[in-house]
Amino acid sequence: MGLEEKLPEGILTTQLETLVNWSRENSTWPLLFGLACCAIEMIATGSARHDISRYGSELFRASPRQADLMIVSGRVSNKMAPVIKRLHDQMSEPKWVIAMGICASAGGPFNNYAIVQGVDKIIPVDVYVPGCPPRPESLLYALDRLRAKQGKETFRTYVDFKAPPLSKQPDEISSLESLRRPQLA
Amino acid sequence: MDWLNLIVIPVVRSLVLIFVLLTGFAYLTWYERKLLARFHVRYGPNRAGPKGLLQPVADAVKALFKEEIIPGHVDKVVYLLAPALALAPALLIWAVIPLGKDFPAVADVPIGFLWILAVAGIESYGVILAGWSSNNNYSLLGALRSSAQMISYELPLGLFLISILLLAGDFSLVNLAEAPRQWWEWIWLWIMFPLFFICVLAETNRSPFDLPETENELIAGFQTEYGGIKFALFFMAEYINMITTSAIMATLFFGGYALPFGIGSEILPWLGPFILFGKVVVLLFLFIWVRASIGRPRYDQLMHFSWKTLLPISLAYMVITALLTVFLKA
Repeated sequence: MGLEEKLPEGILTTQLETLVNWSRENSTWPLLFGLACCAIEMIATGSARHDISRYGSELFRASPRQADLMIVSGRVSNKMAPVIKRLHDQMSEPKWVIAMGICASAGGPFNNYAIVQGVDKIIPVDVYVPGCPPRPESLLYALDRLRAKQGKETFRTYVDFKAPPLSKQPDEISSLESLRRPQLA
Repeated sequence: MDWLNLIVIPVVRSLVLIFVLLTGFAYLTWYERKLLARFHVRYGPNRAGPKGLLQPVADAVKALFKEEIIPGHVDKVVYLLAPALALAPALLIWAVIPLGKDFPAVADVPIGFLWILAVAGIESYGVILAGWSSNNNYSLLGALRSSAQMISYELPLGLFLISILLLAGDFSLVNLAEAPRQWWEWIWLWIMFPLFFICVLAETNRSPFDLPETENELIAGFQTEYGGIKFALFFMAEYINMITTSAIMATLFFGGYALPFGIGSEILPWLGPFILFGKVVVLLFLFIWVRASIGRPRYDQLMHFSWKTLLPISLAYMVITALLTVFLKA
């Protein structure tokens, strides 16, 4: 993100990394949006029974500038894809993505012209959650997995990180038609 | 040793005060999240440290190590200035708030009251400039709402404050806290307290009057384009304002650093700051209680309430106070 990437690896940066990773684990603020029925389960995760605030994640921020985590909760239609992509671009690094439910992960039952077959076609995904929709426990488990991943990150992760080439550039998103899975015969 | 009294001691005391306030801000966020959780029958943050006590540390470090984004379409200088301008007045007000009998305010001026009003007037600039410089429709709308709301609620607030001044007959906050009041004065003040508290809620942009940052209409209002530590500064300003207004209310309505009936004022004079702290914590609980219980009004309802209800009440209150002062006190 800044100066810390230029530092050589050593004891000092390792200790700093531990602190920073710990803070990111405990203060992952999700972006406030929902796409489909999975959003209802996401809301339930924030409610009293499941209580996402135990992880310090109850501050759902409406502005992407303040959010750390994007929970793609539901199917992504071709019309919504540019919006999702743009919101993801507006979030500041470091940012994470949870693809919640089978639709966001791989298109689910909707193998048709309208639905993007998995949100990983347009943005990089850290954790996939199966289920239709996943129960709040599943989302909490995904958050737990994400915390484990955050704990292992190093500052150099971001220097050496080469994002896999996206199948489509965001500017060409009007042609998302081509993203859909080949129709079964 | 003039320079010692003039420079060194005030500087040291200001630094201590700022340190305490910033720590207070951090733990106010913890207090609020935990209390909201209890109001909703949840646990609240409990992963970071025992009882989630390190949660503010995690939030602060995370905000510091976020990428700093300055969007291309903003007015860069004003955009960067606005968060500082929002935070500075919140801290400046503390120059005149008396902390105890042996701990007078950093600047123990006889016009402390006017200082508070003047600095509170500057506070809205940070918000307005943030909204304007962000060059974003949501930000601008949030800033406009905020300025209109602050102007509307500053009127009844000012009139209520004038009433308090009429009763006390003094501008100094120390005298306001220490002046012996007759029993009817206390009752008359406490009748006004709920209305005053409503004005304070609107002034500090706290829920239920947090219309400048309503998520469902304006994304995040004036702070939409701010992320990372710049956003944290706005957050800080809002919460320190809560602490400040709580301290002012404690001083005006509940005797500030003194215990009721003058208990222990001779024996334990050093207790003053702690008593003030206790009163502030109780008043902050009130802020959070209101937030957990009441939904937002619409924006026009907010304005109507100020101009059609609070303003006439405050005018009437001021006139009655003046009459009471003339006939009962003199």
